[in-house]
Amino acid sequence: MIRLEQVTKTYKRSTRPALDAISVEMDRGEFVFLIGPSGSGKSTFLRLLLREEVPSRGRVYVSNFDVAKMARRRVPRLRQSIGCVFQDFRLLANKTVADNVAFALEVIGKPRHTIRKVVPEVLQLVGLDGKAGRMPNELSGGEQQRVAIARAFVNRPLVLLADEPTGNLDPDTSQDIMLLLERINRTGTTVVMATHDHSIVDSMRRRVVELSLGKVVRDDKRGVYGVGR
Amino acid sequence: MRASFVFSEVVNGLRRNITMTIAMILTTAISLGLLGGGLLIVRTIDKMQNNFLSQLQVAVNLTDDISANDTDCTQSLCQALRAQLESTPGVKDVQFISRNDAYQRFRQEFSDLPELQALGRPQALPASLRVDLNDQNLSGAIVKQFNGKPGVKDVNDQGVFVARLTDALNGFRNLTFVIALIQALAALLLISNTIQISAFTRRTEVGIMRLVGATRWYTQLPFLLEAVVAGVVGAVLAVGGLVVAKVTFLDKALGSLFSSGIIPQIGLGDVLGFAAPWLLLTAIVVSALTGYVTLRMYVRL
Repeated sequence: MIRLEQVTKTYKRSTRPALDAISVEMDRGEFVFLIGPSGSGKSTFLRLLLREEVPSRGRVYVSNFDVAKMARRRVPRLRQSIGCVFQDFRLLANKTVADNVAFALEVIGKPRHTIRKVVPEVLQLVGLDGKAGRMPNELSGGEQQRVAIARAFVNRPLVLLADEPTGNLDPDTSQDIMLLLERINRTGTTVVMATHDHSIVDSMRRRVVELSLGKVVRDDKRGVYGVGR
Repeated sequence: MRASFVFSEVVNGLRRNITMTIAMILTTAISLGLLGGGLLIVRTIDKMQNNFLSQLQVAVNLTDDISANDTDCTQSLCQALRAQLESTPGVKDVQFISRNDAYQRFRQEFSDLPELQALGRPQALPASLRVDLNDQNLSGAIVKQFNGKPGVKDVNDQGVFVARLTDALNGFRNLTFVIALIQALAALLLISNTIQISAFTRRTEVGIMRLVGATRWYTQLPFLLEAVVAGVVGAVLAVGGLVVAKVTFLDKALGSLFSSGIIPQIGLGDVLGFAAPWLLLTAIVVSALTGYVTLRMYVRL
């Protein structure tokens, strides 16, 4: 589903590469934690998958897309098959919960009757049925992140990228969000989650890819956050 | 593409920056109004030249002596002049106008201006030889050749008068175009700025649109249309302004010149049928182009 081959990314004003000749493969339906300290290259990794960045060297594949080489005009297609969740939710403050989710479909030209059907479905999936008409600022942090996840998932992406999705949430709420991501993972969606949260990684016992200074220093099938912890 | 989505984005965008939108529309309108004014002057000059050029004559005015005594160009001096003129290359036709004919013409031309008519006396008008030319550019040579000849009082090239009028209008047109150009520059910068502000205020939306895989068209079209809508509204205001200017100002100030036929009438048809389509086209093309370039160069969408 995701394959990086000898990928190096060097930013213009930086001497050290953000990613240094890394090769990683992730299968369809996998749940992968991407861990490592700040500056280890986690964000660059995710940005390369979205084609927000182009690698300096190496190849990036997501599903059937040759991400690094593809034409610009095909990038929207790639992004339509990837869902994204962030630490800061990134909801539109002037739209209701349902409209926030619908927005993601409207702007890729989905017909209205489809939108009317799938938005309530996905809101139910994330446990927000009954809050469709609320505004984002009326919701708790956990609920806002659920809206963001609903928006990322509503178009049934092949891959869900989550960049510190629990970074702004308390431990209990974080657990709920993790349950939700697990549920989405069980539908067959590949989930890649960058995180600093030890307890979550340790409790989930999923694959852990650890980056340090742009290199993969560990890749455990059922790992924990710190070795020997 | 969902038209309703794009439309509501455009309306929201324009409303959110309402002051910038107004500034953008007004500047565009003034610029286009001036451009339209310039275009109408060009049209007037064209019409004027069409009207006059075919009828332009060189008038060789004869001395008072001949004017008083020779009523049909049979005396030797007049006949010699006429023969010389007729043998000059480029001369199509020579016609003798006696003092009496000249007076009749004068009365006729100013029939709607009785005060002026009353002032005219036959004695003030010379008899003349009216020369039709194959090529209007030869008039200068004729003036030079016949000025000061015996029996010739002076030589009057009507083309010179028309040229003077045309020059004045040309100058006015150039001035209008220059101001229009300066205003257009201001309008361009305003359009570009408004789009950048608009893109900045909507950066969250645009960021999400990019992320979920909206096409470039989908993200950029609302901004582009904002510019075009402002341009079109500006053009409509400009045309309205031209109509108002014509009815309230031009018709009053130049009414007598229009009615005497010296300057061809600028009609509503000229404003709506000729200037308006050009202004609209210019507004759409320029605003769309400005929007496109701005989005490409300054806005990372």
